Amino acid sequence: MYALITFLTGLLFGLGLAVSEMTNPAVVLGFLDIFGDWNPSLIFVMGGAVAVGMIGYAIRNRRTKPWLADKWYVPTRRDIDKNLILGSAMFGIGWGLSGYCPGPGLTALTNNPAEGVYFIGALITGSAIFHFQNHRNNS
Amino acid sequence: METFLYPLAGGLLIGLTTAIYLLFTGKVVGISGILAQALFSKDRFLPLLFVIGLIVGGSAYGILVEPSQPFPEVRSPILLIISGLLVGYGTRLGSGCTSGHGVCGISRLSPRSLIATAIFMTTAIITVFITK
Repeated sequence: MYALITFLTGLLFGLGLAVSEMTNPAVVLGFLDIFGDWNPSLIFVMGGAVAVGMIGYAIRNRRTKPWLADKWYVPTRRDIDKNLILGSAMFGIGWGLSGYCPGPGLTALTNNPAEGVYFIGALITGSAIFHFQNHRNNS
Repeated sequence: METFLYPLAGGLLIGLTTAIYLLFTGKVVGISGILAQALFSKDRFLPLLFVIGLIVGGSAYGILVEPSQPFPEVRSPILLIISGLLVGYGTRLGSGCTSGHGVCGISRLSPRSLIATAIFMTTAIITVFITK
């Protein structure tokens, strides 16, 4: 059941990216181009997603635990640190260069593999550099 | 009008996904984090399953969903590699991306996610302004 829900949420999330055209970097770059030929349509993606997401969190607040787990795993940190700021700034630059964030980048592996393989290869490399850097610092 | 219908429908679907995943598993849908778990954690079966589902669902683009405009012409590998490295490293350092901070974080009004989203939207807009 847990595995089925996990696969289905992945599938629906991918479908949501496809329906909203987040999968197409040309559309995403048009949305980010607010000083040029701005395409505001992706505001509706964010608005729709947050509206339903808020309902989800409202239901969560009335429950003691999830249906298939013993506790909540929602992040609880509230501090604004240097890593959050620096990491988010780097992510935004990378996103603005290609129009791919992680989800749409993954879907590019099938939708536009000539781009997807380079982007995802590099994304995994960047993620691995962080992982091993941190692993060493912690041990 | 019609141009906003699909983005809205897609957004509602993404929101529904985050709500379902939260209420069943107790977890946040953050693609950069789920991908990192699929790659580096010991329990990689479930995150891998999610990633496969996402790729299958996203493949509906061009098959079930007609693109409103064509994909960009295939761009230089150098640009894609620099972009991928920044996205890969930046999302781990900043603990999230468009889904984890942008959708889930804003849905629960997390101050960290509100700040993160404001920052990555700003640097992305500036990057597009400079490179276009």
